[in-house]
Amino acid sequence: MSWEIVIGLEIHVQLATQSKLFSGAKVGFGAAPNTQTTLVDLGMPGALPVFNEEALRLAVMFGTAIDAEIGKRSVFARKNYFYPDLPKGYQTSQMDDPIVGLGHIDIQLEDGTTKRVGVTRAHLEEDAGKSLHEDFDGMTGIDLNRSSTPLLEIVSEPDMRSAKEAVAYMRKMHAIVTTLGISDGNMAEGSMRCDANVSIRPRGQAEYGTRTELKNINSFRFIERAINIEVERQIDILEDGGSITQETRLYDADKHETRSMRSKEEANDYRYFPCPDLLPIVIDDDYINTIRAQLPELPDQRHARFMEAYGLSSYDAGVLSASRTMADYYEVVQGACGDAKLSANWVTGELAKYLNANDVDIDNSPVSAQQLGQLLTRIKDDTINGKAAKTVFEELWNGAGEVDAIIAAKGLKQVSDMGAIESMVDEVIANSPKQVQQYIDAEPAKRGKMLGYFMGQVMKASKGAANPGQVNGMLKNKLDAMC
Amino acid sequence: MALDNADILKIAKLARLQVNADQVDDYANSISSILDLVDAMQKVNTEGVEPLANPLDTHQRLRTDAVTADNKRDAFLAIAPKSEAGLFLVPKVIE
Amino acid sequence: MSYTTITQLSQGLKDGTFSSRELTQDAIADIKSRDHLYNSFITISEDLALAQADAADQRIAAGQAAPMTGVPIAHKDLFCTQDVRTTAASKILENFIPPYESTVSQLFLNAGAVTVGKTNLDEFAMGSSNENSYFGSVKNPWDTKAVPGGSSGGSAAAVAAGMVAGATGTDTGGSIRQPAAFCNLTGIKPTYGRVSRFGIVAYASSLDQAGPMTHTAADAAMMMNVMAQFDPQDSTSMQVDTPDYTASLNDSLAGLKIGLPKEFFEAGLDPQVAAATLAAIKQYEAMGAQIIDISLPNLQLCIPAYYVIAPSEASSNLSRYDGVRYGYRCDEPKDLMDMYCRSRAEGFGEEVKRRIMVGTYALSEGFYDAYYLKAQRIRRMIKNDFVKAFTQVDVIMGPVTPSPAFDLGSKTSDPVAMYLEDIYTLSINMAGIPALSTPAGFVNGRPVGLHIMGNYFSEAKLLNVAHQLQQVTDWHLQQPQSL
Repeated sequence: MSWEIVIGLEIHVQLATQSKLFSGAKVGFGAAPNTQTTLVDLGMPGALPVFNEEALRLAVMFGTAIDAEIGKRSVFARKNYFYPDLPKGYQTSQMDDPIVGLGHIDIQLEDGTTKRVGVTRAHLEEDAGKSLHEDFDGMTGIDLNRSSTPLLEIVSEPDMRSAKEAVAYMRKMHAIVTTLGISDGNMAEGSMRCDANVSIRPRGQAEYGTRTELKNINSFRFIERAINIEVERQIDILEDGGSITQETRLYDADKHETRSMRSKEEANDYRYFPCPDLLPIVIDDDYINTIRAQLPELPDQRHARFMEAYGLSSYDAGVLSASRTMADYYEVVQGACGDAKLSANWVTGELAKYLNANDVDIDNSPVSAQQLGQLLTRIKDDTINGKAAKTVFEELWNGAGEVDAIIAAKGLKQVSDMGAIESMVDEVIANSPKQVQQYIDAEPAKRGKMLGYFMGQVMKASKGAANPGQVNGMLKNKLDAMC
Repeated sequence: MALDNADILKIAKLARLQVNADQVDDYANSISSILDLVDAMQKVNTEGVEPLANPLDTHQRLRTDAVTADNKRDAFLAIAPKSEAGLFLVPKVIE
Repeated sequence: MSYTTITQLSQGLKDGTFSSRELTQDAIADIKSRDHLYNSFITISEDLALAQADAADQRIAAGQAAPMTGVPIAHKDLFCTQDVRTTAASKILENFIPPYESTVSQLFLNAGAVTVGKTNLDEFAMGSSNENSYFGSVKNPWDTKAVPGGSSGGSAAAVAAGMVAGATGTDTGGSIRQPAAFCNLTGIKPTYGRVSRFGIVAYASSLDQAGPMTHTAADAAMMMNVMAQFDPQDSTSMQVDTPDYTASLNDSLAGLKIGLPKEFFEAGLDPQVAAATLAAIKQYEAMGAQIIDISLPNLQLCIPAYYVIAPSEASSNLSRYDGVRYGYRCDEPKDLMDMYCRSRAEGFGEEVKRRIMVGTYALSEGFYDAYYLKAQRIRRMIKNDFVKAFTQVDVIMGPVTPSPAFDLGSKTSDPVAMYLEDIYTLSINMAGIPALSTPAGFVNGRPVGLHIMGNYFSEAKLLNVAHQLQQVTDWHLQQPQSL
């Protein structure tokens, strides 16, 4: 049977505020346990929440960016359940009246087409703390630093039909939230987390199948893997005549499997009701319009502009506009060297290679955009050739100094002196009688390829510093003259 | 609305209250009688009446996003039933 | 010093008749020698009180005294007090010493008042007789066979017995006014949002409000001048200017329109209480007030609606008492579930557990609309009745309770009979309007209160109206014979 996969994502985005959603405690990753807590975050008796205006602004900004309805009257509700890292015994969230209503984003598929994915809603809520399962005399440790950290939970429609689409959706959301600056989007630190609702149905069937919820997927790579392994599991069950249980499952990256989380299932009655310690949030059109007017250029807009203004392919433009920092970096490089295509090749090529290999974010790149722009300028003005540029890049990456200084120190300046090049060319031709004869004997159409050998010899003789264009031209002229 | 013993046990579990076998009848009786009192509401026509969550019917005040709290971990941990290494300790959480 | 008012103490301190240290020492000695009769205190904070008294004496000597500077008072043991045990009369907080101060108690500290201790109450303010305390029942100083009322029974008894001249209370459904009526005091529940709830152990957040309990309206006005301040730490605290409540006490009542709701005088009201109430109201005619018959048609519905809303909010508010971060944890829990269930079952008293279960049920899936939402709709109908009434009249008067203080133990076996005690007080909390109880005579030697209700933020008018009655009657000057 042919199965259709149906996926909806719930993405939790940690909003980039200074202080918590309901208290004046600092928000930050990696602090010593329980040092970023107040009586509000600890759920002490008599503690009361007061809502952070910046969280509201960031949520509304997101809503305007995805063309969503904005809730002019949104209400905080309590989601009641007991868990040791949930200090009040309830999570303050939004249920019936979220701050962001129906919206949508467009994702680019591998075949180059665009697909619209609905966003059902996005609501504000507080994060819980963390349970540390390392052994403390057989007990679990509770760190409440994260308690009451502001989250925006973005719920999609079940519009995605493959794990790849889910990844594309997640990447686009990442691009949007980082472009807006409403979150650092750091998935490793949990600033962006994803739960996936996955079901399958026979192709052509209108009703959805029973879904499972995959919890806390914390990297792009794992989204695809977790969904695919869960789809396989569901197919196996259904094809064996079984049925899917609606449940929460945890993806285990090490074992590459999903497994049921029974603890989250029992007595799932959250008893939502409006939080009596908080009043409805009321905003007007002026508030929304002011935020809308201040929206930065969004990834889709930047994508289109990169194609139009710089003549980039849709693919390159897409990669370069995938995050605000990447796009900003690219534009600095492009502005410095004036060559859009060369800049795109270097940012998506050499730079990306180093970033990935060293697991570094582009905003922490040891090679600044200005430096890379300078480097490419030196290729453009024929000071160095491409091979030398890679050497310079490596030196820059290792912090060896500025571009021109490295070129000078390493003697990488390319030789463009025609006399010097000519003597090297003559010498190589004189020392390679066999290859010269082969060149002469070859059909003219194949001679171009054979030029490579002589090029290599001359470049070697020049220690890589000869201008390859000049060498190439001169070799061709001289050899062709011998034919 | 009369609750039976199974209802009581279900509610007690949701509320994380241990109810012993010899207490269930008492709770069932007293809570049922409270629900009988409460059920007087059901014959009232409330159609078209907006629920009132807060008597003042006003809206939320906003707090400026600023860090205003100092770290008082030690004072809070000092009154915890069990703590170690800056953490509150609880019986093992099984996921 | 049995009958002394805050006004008298303030004057004596100002005149140097006595020092705050002397007053404080006397008060503490008095509590130690006599409180075994009433059990009105849970904790006496002697060292802290004496230090506060010495600071007050210095402040008075420096000519920087505020009206309450140096006056000994007590706080209901629901207000968190830094370094002083705060129990909510519950085993679950038996040893809880908050590292923070409630806004109300802080305001009294700022004003230079001296806190001698923390008074007994119904556990978590749930009760109408002060028989639901882990620390034992409180006895009514007017008749120690009688209850003092609840839940602020300890504060009422402490003032009625003359151990302190004023005390704070909280009122969720009558918990200031009913004990004030039973103990011959003036007690005011301010408008919801008038006094900060920050640092007060929550019972039902949308109903809770703190207020003073004193012998006279003039004293209540002095305490209100301290307590009634906007608090940015409480989202439901209203940004309304605080008038000088003592300034309007002597305003003329000529032309005052007093509404008499017929529903307050129907079946269930003790005829002698009715007669006493009407006799007190009659006094106002001589002052030029006009008495107008009105109707609050939905009054009866306040009991069912309250016993849904208050337990629902309480069930959620009390989830934080889970044995994780503070308070009682059961011995040797065998697992997490056991720790939760036993800590809470062993830590909470019967009435508290009953209300948690009622609230849990009312909010649970399938019942929310029929209970919680229905109760909230009725809540608006009740509010609308008052809003409409205040277009016709300035204040509303009636009885506080259906009968005078009942005997200890007479209603403990039947929670519903106890709930019916609150028929006249609950609707005020539902609507959020201010109301007070002022002494209105005696029935069989037990005090009766006159209930004066006003429009939102009309506390100054209510105190003015009560003060004027106290100028022409001497009920408030009566003392229990045992003194």
